[in-house]
Amino acid sequence: MNSVILQLASPYVRSLLVFFSLIALLRGHNYPGGGFIGGLLTALAIVFYSFALDWRQVQKKLKVKPETYIALGLAFVLSSFLPSLFQSEVLMKGVWVSIPMGILGKLELGSPLLFDTGVFMGVIGVTLLFFFTLAYRK
Amino acid sequence: MEIILAVLVGVLYAAGVYMLLRRSILKFIIGIMFIGNATNLIVFLASGIVAGEPAFVDGVVQNASEMADPLPQAFVLTSIVISFGIVVFALALKLKFFEITGTEDLDQLTKTDN
Amino acid sequence: MGVILALVQTLFFVYFFSKIPEATNGNGIVTVIHWIPQIGLNLEFLLNGLSLVFALLITGIGTLVFLYASAYMKSYEGTDKFYFQLFLFGGAMLGLVLSANLIQLFVFWELTSYLSFLLISFFNKKELARKAAFQSLIITAFGGLLLLTGVLLLGSIVDSYSVTDWLEGAQSIKSSEFYLPGLLLILAGAFTKSAQFPFHFWLPGAMQAPTPVSAYLHSATMVKAGVFLLALLNPVLGGTIEWTYIITLVGVTTMFLGAYFSITQTDLKAILAYTTISSLGILVLLIGIDTTLSIKAAMLFLFVHAFYKAALFMVAGFIDKKTGTRELSKLGGLYKHMPITFIISILALLSMAGLPPTLGFLGKELIYEAKIQSPGIASLVLILGVAGNTLMVAVSMYFMFKVFLGKQGDYPKQPNEKGYLYLLGPGVLTLLSLLLGLSPAVLGDVLVEPALSSIRKEFIDVELQLWHGFNDVFLLSLLTIVLGMTIFVIALYKKQFLIKWRSINNRIFIIEFTNIFNQLLDGFLNFSERNTKRLQHGYHRFYILTVIVFASALLWFEVYVTRNWVLETQFSLTPLYISGLVAIITCSTIYAAIARSRIATIISMGVTGYGISLIYLYYSAVDLAITQILVETLVVVMFVLVLQRLPLFETLSSKLTRVRDLIISLTFGSVMTVLALKALNVEFNHSISDMMVKNSFVKAHGKNVVNVILVDFRALDTLGEVTVLIIAAMGVFVLLKTKKT
Repeated sequence: MNSVILQLASPYVRSLLVFFSLIALLRGHNYPGGGFIGGLLTALAIVFYSFALDWRQVQKKLKVKPETYIALGLAFVLSSFLPSLFQSEVLMKGVWVSIPMGILGKLELGSPLLFDTGVFMGVIGVTLLFFFTLAYRK
Repeated sequence: MEIILAVLVGVLYAAGVYMLLRRSILKFIIGIMFIGNATNLIVFLASGIVAGEPAFVDGVVQNASEMADPLPQAFVLTSIVISFGIVVFALALKLKFFEITGTEDLDQLTKTDN
Repeated sequence: MGVILALVQTLFFVYFFSKIPEATNGNGIVTVIHWIPQIGLNLEFLLNGLSLVFALLITGIGTLVFLYASAYMKSYEGTDKFYFQLFLFGGAMLGLVLSANLIQLFVFWELTSYLSFLLISFFNKKELARKAAFQSLIITAFGGLLLLTGVLLLGSIVDSYSVTDWLEGAQSIKSSEFYLPGLLLILAGAFTKSAQFPFHFWLPGAMQAPTPVSAYLHSATMVKAGVFLLALLNPVLGGTIEWTYIITLVGVTTMFLGAYFSITQTDLKAILAYTTISSLGILVLLIGIDTTLSIKAAMLFLFVHAFYKAALFMVAGFIDKKTGTRELSKLGGLYKHMPITFIISILALLSMAGLPPTLGFLGKELIYEAKIQSPGIASLVLILGVAGNTLMVAVSMYFMFKVFLGKQGDYPKQPNEKGYLYLLGPGVLTLLSLLLGLSPAVLGDVLVEPALSSIRKEFIDVELQLWHGFNDVFLLSLLTIVLGMTIFVIALYKKQFLIKWRSINNRIFIIEFTNIFNQLLDGFLNFSERNTKRLQHGYHRFYILTVIVFASALLWFEVYVTRNWVLETQFSLTPLYISGLVAIITCSTIYAAIARSRIATIISMGVTGYGISLIYLYYSAVDLAITQILVETLVVVMFVLVLQRLPLFETLSSKLTRVRDLIISLTFGSVMTVLALKALNVEFNHSISDMMVKNSFVKAHGKNVVNVILVDFRALDTLGEVTVLIIAAMGVFVLLKTKKT
């Protein structure tokens, strides 16, 4: 699209969207959000950016290829099984660690967060793969 | 309100089926979307709809039955994402079909070869 | 490659050999691995006298065949595939004979059929090979299915598929009304696999396989699976009139016909194939006679046949390799070029003819003895048996003279005898045959006795001797040899004799079994093609139409049946903005369905999706709403991407069609509305949801219950969902990133 405003604004909008998507991912366990929503948001940010510029440039600029995102996502999902395995628990049982953070309260980290991150990456990869292959046609 | 939503489900199904029966593949795919939406709605509706009580908990819960039922929501969320995948796949199929045959008429697709 | 696999086979052979004392003592070694014990499916392995005999044959001959193949297959492409399949076959065959659970046995049974198919079609560029492979697959797999049916039928009587349970319930099985159908089905399985008349015709066709395969599968091991099954089930199903008569008749017919057809063949491998059929007939016949003596004879003959037939096949392959032909008319005088082969062949052929001093003589003597004792139809069995053996003697002599003696043949290649690997297998086998023939007591005590005991379920002392003394049996043997020699001499000196015989054969047996099979198959394919075309016409929307019409008819019927139901919910329009939203969604949906412009259609679709997400939002499903909005946006983007490359909408359907579709869709939509309303009255069991809500924070440390369900309680579902997405993405990628075709 040949809109100057869009082209100038798009990097900022994109960064903002990615930032929000990360927030959505991280707080998804307690508030609206999560891996799916975060992943779709990130993918949308990149799709939006490619509409403002040329998608070919965007594809070249992407540091991580969609296929890699998918692989990373699967790796994260699988790694979320490991904690339960190491504790000889039922497979995929959530394992949690609580880290006290002083006045900030305490930070709770668990294997479901790993799983959600895997979903997040997977969704990004899949959506981008959809987008770039459909856009690629002559 | 439930009655109106049930009618909406009917409308979505009717429109979806009508579009499924069209010969244009694009309409066919939109028909899939509508039927998917209608099915999500019917699952959502059947679980009992509650306004303004989303399933967020803090601590031990006593009033679980007053809340919106989270389980159907999780199902529908899964279904939305999967139907996204299906629709895009159908679009890709259609694009390939058009490139090979040069038509988007489903009736041209009666043979397995050429 | 072949040598390494031969070593592996040797290891197995040594393993089984070392198990002889343990396995032959009492009931053998039983290993049970529980698989699905609830429905009686376990992995059960049994190593007793009977299975040990087969296991030793499979691994022992396997070793020799692999060594032979490493020389024989050198000049072909795709040998890795070949070795892989052949080795797999060895494993499947071992699994078959070690199975003590009949379902498990069936699985291995089908595996061997399938691998046989692959191996026969090794030369898959040849149409004949493909056809033969297909034919053998159809017949043996069909027989396997019948076998499964029979096993299930009889298994239902004792409520188990384990052979040990069958043994205990043998009486109730035999007295059941399912006995005869079950027996027939199981026999059909055994007969197809062991190439019994009238299913014998696939075996000569299978000679299209490379020679190691013919030696291994189609003479020494796989075709004996039927014999093994009969021997295994003999204590359970045997001892009845049906068992004796059916098996004996089929066996003796096969034996005679196999020998009869073998003499008029001109291809070396075809001769061997038909004599194999004959020998399989003998084995089946002996088990059918069902006396201790006959089973003993069967077990002994198992060795006899495996030894000489595998050796002869390997020799035939060697001759084929070195001279370039397998046609009898082009061969002759080979003893000058291949002296060692000649000696080996003489010994093997002596064994095949049943002449002393080989193991074959012993086998045949025992067989005659058993036949004399055979109850009921002894005379018929005896006459056909002697006739069959006479022909075998003639064939053996004829084979020897035509190939090795006589005039120098007109070979395409100048023969030599290089390649000791070719001769190792046949040499070892014939040597064994000779040694064991001279001192048969070893074989009798160590292997035949336990095998016999495990079939008869009692201890039986086996004494084997080469010389039986002058008795009826010896006279019969003498008669056989004299008659056989006469036929051979006539065949050798009167050239017209065999040709005339062939033409008589052709006149009597106008009906070629292979042709009947092909005609049946073609007819069946045509029939199903015609019917399939009627149902699967290829018009996609008519498939959908059928499904939808049928579904709405069923649903409306159900609504009619439960027409007394009362709706509890009151009609209301509050809150008004949701009613308004529903009105907007309705309009956009209908517009999308009828719009002519593509962009308008897609935008309306987007409006519908966003509207639905607002409904989710109002009714407490926040995550749903967000996901729906994002997905809807992405879908619209994808549609627009695709749209650029597609033509405008055309009006494709006539007005009448559109009215018809409208009626159908309205019928379906209305029934779904009724369904949605009825669903409101259903009392849900909320215990699962309540459990999840209660434990969400306490156990899973999450306040957002929907997300906790997705990533913790039902994480496996989510994993499945992600997998579906990834597969869809790969599908799209493969569809569109590949070059245009």
